[in-house]
Amino acid sequence: MINWRTALLPPALAIVFAMLLSSVALLISGANPLDAFATMGAQLFHGNTAVSTVNLAIVYYLAGLAAAIGFQMNVFNIGVEGQYRFAAVVAAIVGGWMQLPPVLHVVAILVVAVASGALYALLPALLKVYRGVSEVITTIMLNSIVFGIVAFLINPEQFGVLHGNNLSTEEIAPSGRIPGIPLGEAGTLFGFVVIAAALGYGYWFMLNRTRFGFELKASGESKTAAAAGGVSARKMTLAAMLISGGVAGLVAMPELLGRDYVYAMTATQGYGFTGLAVALLGRNHPAGIAFGALLWAFLDRSAVSLESIGIPSEIATIMQGTIVLSVVVAYEIVRRADLAAEQRRVGRAGNGRPASVAEGGAV
Amino acid sequence: MRRKRGGALAAIAMAGVLAMAGCAKDSGGDGNQAAGDGGGGEPGSCVTNEAPAAPENTQQEQTTEHGDVDASDLKIGLAFDVGGRGDASFNDAAAAGVDRAVEEFGAEKGNESPAAGSESEAAKEQRLRQMAEQGNNPIIAVGFAYAEAVRKVAPQYPDTEFALVDDNSVDAENVTPLVFAEEEGSFLAGVAAAYKTSECQVGFVGGVKTPLIKKFQAGFEQGVKAAGGDNIEVKSEYLTPAGDISGFNDPAKANVKSKSMISQGSDVLFHAAGASGQGVFEAAAANDALGIGVDSDQYKQKTLADVKDVIVTSMLKKVDVAVYDYVAAVAEGDPDDLPERFDLSVDGVGYSKSNPAIEDITDELEGYKKAIVDGDIEVSDTPQS
Repeated sequence: MINWRTALLPPALAIVFAMLLSSVALLISGANPLDAFATMGAQLFHGNTAVSTVNLAIVYYLAGLAAAIGFQMNVFNIGVEGQYRFAAVVAAIVGGWMQLPPVLHVVAILVVAVASGALYALLPALLKVYRGVSEVITTIMLNSIVFGIVAFLINPEQFGVLHGNNLSTEEIAPSGRIPGIPLGEAGTLFGFVVIAAALGYGYWFMLNRTRFGFELKASGESKTAAAAGGVSARKMTLAAMLISGGVAGLVAMPELLGRDYVYAMTATQGYGFTGLAVALLGRNHPAGIAFGALLWAFLDRSAVSLESIGIPSEIATIMQGTIVLSVVVAYEIVRRADLAAEQRRVGRAGNGRPASVAEGGAV
Repeated sequence: MRRKRGGALAAIAMAGVLAMAGCAKDSGGDGNQAAGDGGGGEPGSCVTNEAPAAPENTQQEQTTEHGDVDASDLKIGLAFDVGGRGDASFNDAAAAGVDRAVEEFGAEKGNESPAAGSESEAAKEQRLRQMAEQGNNPIIAVGFAYAEAVRKVAPQYPDTEFALVDDNSVDAENVTPLVFAEEEGSFLAGVAAAYKTSECQVGFVGGVKTPLIKKFQAGFEQGVKAAGGDNIEVKSEYLTPAGDISGFNDPAKANVKSKSMISQGSDVLFHAAGASGQGVFEAAAANDALGIGVDSDQYKQKTLADVKDVIVTSMLKKVDVAVYDYVAAVAEGDPDDLPERFDLSVDGVGYSKSNPAIEDITDELEGYKKAIVDGDIEVSDTPQS
């Protein structure tokens, strides 16, 4: 059963704490915190910032899901960054080259993206499973290698096209694009939001309603216990890493198929790292990740809005950093408070004598 | 309890990632290995081809003045590329152009915003929209990374003028491209390197291997070949591949790379690597080599005062002049009159003469400059190899 207090109180505390801390930073830099927060709030009602916040959150959500799948199995897939960029460039090249009827074209691009993401996660997965190499090390190295791969592939001598001073892949034909949801003046919402929501549901369903999800969680909690129950930890690690990589492969797709249609040298980087923070904020729960993604995207957008009233945009970065740190601390505090309350309850029930094992006391 | 442990583990690892990102730039150190000192003659001995005749009045400096322009109804918005004010490179040059226009024409200084290192395309659009809505006009977007954002935003604000530095791919009524003939300025840097080398080997250090930086490489290589033919070898190296912009801000890496190039025999290094250039000059200073600066006159830069003697000249890319001219043109209502490309003929690019060490070869450089302006020499903007 979900304990709402345990689930919702920590993030609320973290946000309040982050606001307090950034207020201090604002005061030190000589700005008025109230002005800053008012501007941040007002941006949502201004132009298309609200829609572009949601659009960015969709990307962060996918990255968060990818990271969360690894976390469930205690696999720390830092490689979401490399996996999504590798998948993006491969999918963009294949998508630009392919000629297919509308829906098929999109499906084909998505399949290529998922496969490439999983492929890029395969090496660290195999090294971890068969050689015990830490996935943290291998994925960090692969993140670095992806720079070279992208640069190589979008070179005009390979698959790139030169536009002005920028390099990008071939443009994907209209048949391979995902139409947006027009919201008039407010801009266009990525059509990918539907796919992202479905993925979130699929993730929840897999974890809570399938045998595979149960085994995944079980071996994440204790490999030996799960092994005793007949679950191969190796298989689960491999599966978690590959699914994580596959979902990571989709991270760049909302922008690629909904806005840019090319993958360029100047394409945004760092979504993968944001995904780790977002998964942490959302405690690996699909709804929590959605909340974390929206919050993170909102703060990112705030950075630009704050510039307009002369407040350094780093304030938004400070808030993001504090939120991540304080959310971990806050969860721990609330958990201990709950534990203490539980112990008191048990203690009262036992009328002063030590509780027996049957009543929840120590063995 | 797994959740707790997972969370803490994740937090620790996150901190690790951040820390690793933070200490990517470490000091380079100064391993004093002697420069390759085998053989070698006097500077100039490697030149095989005679320079074209210099024009009569070599000392004439063309500076554009728009003394009587009134721009008091303009509010100039400046959207920087990564780095912003204080990067000692082209953001600073753009800012200098705006500052001068504000001072001389009475224009109002509007918003200034630096781009964040890894911000999304939408953030750039948001920044431009925000500036337009706050009444900034004209808005100057620094760097080709803004091309897509300008392409989208400019049509939505038809009464606002936009300038886009380093990109001419946007075709809109109210967008003025400010692009430069980097290869022509770099050609002269190549000529200077050919005259200054005594080992008959020179080097190019590019920051990030992008098409833009390859123009510098292309011009430099052609300049060296024009003066020294096959007698002088050019080694060209890049710090990072396209897409990894850290190459523009990694003096330590540039230092190591430069040292290895010097130990392999290059004794004049031309860099097009933004803030990484400092590492190039430090390596040159420590190993009896010379350096050639880029974008602005780096001999005069305060941050490089310790090593300025090795900066024999700098290839100039006058973003400041272009921005200043652009503001004047907007004030006069005819931004279309600006040159299509700021090249040698309009002094949009060039070389600096502030270091006395360049004086003995200015005649040759002016000769090559005239030949390029007259069209006798054509400089290609893509490297041969």
